[in-house]
Amino acid sequence: MTYHHPSTLARAALVLFVLAIGLAAVVSWPASPARAQEPTPSDNQVNAVAKQLYCPVCENVPLDVCPTQACAQWRQTIREKLTAGWSEQEIKNYFVEQYGARVLAAPPPRGLSLLVYLLPPLAFVVGGYIVYRAVRTWRRAARPRASPPPAAEDEYARRIEEELRRRE
Amino acid sequence: MSDTPAPPLPAPRARNLGRLLLWSGLAALMALVGFGLYRTQAGPVSSGPAPDFTLITFDGETIHLADLKGQVVVVNFWASWCKPCEEEAATLEAGWQKYRDQGVSFLGVDYVDTEPEARAYLTRFGITYPNGPDLGTRISQAFRIRGVPETYFIDRQGTLVRVKIGPIDMNELQSILDPLVTP
Repeated sequence: MTYHHPSTLARAALVLFVLAIGLAAVVSWPASPARAQEPTPSDNQVNAVAKQLYCPVCENVPLDVCPTQACAQWRQTIREKLTAGWSEQEIKNYFVEQYGARVLAAPPPRGLSLLVYLLPPLAFVVGGYIVYRAVRTWRRAARPRASPPPAAEDEYARRIEEELRRRE
Repeated sequence: MSDTPAPPLPAPRARNLGRLLLWSGLAALMALVGFGLYRTQAGPVSSGPAPDFTLITFDGETIHLADLKGQVVVVNFWASWCKPCEEEAATLEAGWQKYRDQGVSFLGVDYVDTEPEARAYLTRFGITYPNGPDLGTRISQAFRIRGVPETYFIDRQGTLVRVKIGPIDMNELQSILDPLVTP
């Protein structure tokens, strides 16, 4: 039979307590730096927003591929906003507020910009109608005549036949 | 052989109305495109009444150009990413210090820029006259600027009297401002 002296038990309990505290600290330790370090948006995430924007300085060059310093600053702004938890739409709204609606790759369907959305389908419909009319006209022109030849032509044929008979 | 009769054509009056509408629409569209092209190609506003605008500075002050009537106003468009702007930054600050007591206001309009870099630029060049972002690029569109730097000079009556495209030096600044501040 083993006998445990009370002081030995107390020491064992103390050691266990210290181990438990240490284990708890080890388990919880990785969580602290993860909370402190904000997730950094990747270049792909930044470019996903940037490609929907155009810098007015570099016309016709989407922000994600624009090489100027101004565009680099804009991309950095997008990165900061994404890091701060802004949504894609919130970032686009911010850029419109700061630099105007012309920074958007797809202009909002308001005012004159509405024409951008209306004209192409309208032109398609009108063009289709013109083609339909043209094809119908061509088909009508190409259709063989079912009506008898005019009387003058008939008379001409009759006279030729009569002349040929006379020569036989 | 059967001959299917063609569907009846629209009445001439309806056809004419359709054509009229079509051509009118096309003419309106062409006019719109032409007007847009004209505005794009027109270049900066260089004379006449200066376009009115409101500038909210980086310090939160709101400045209306109309409120500055009676003063000579120098409106400078710049950006932190603009290298030629750096050439004139010190000149503009020196001009502000020289003419501020002679009824001249300087306003800096930060064009298509990001605020941290713009503030750093102002600190770097020690610029103290009011500066603010061109929110929505409304001011630059009103002046129809083509780039930065551009500087506009407005006399005491609110008339645009001179436009400087590109960086300005002290001699040119003085040659423009001296006649304007002379009573």
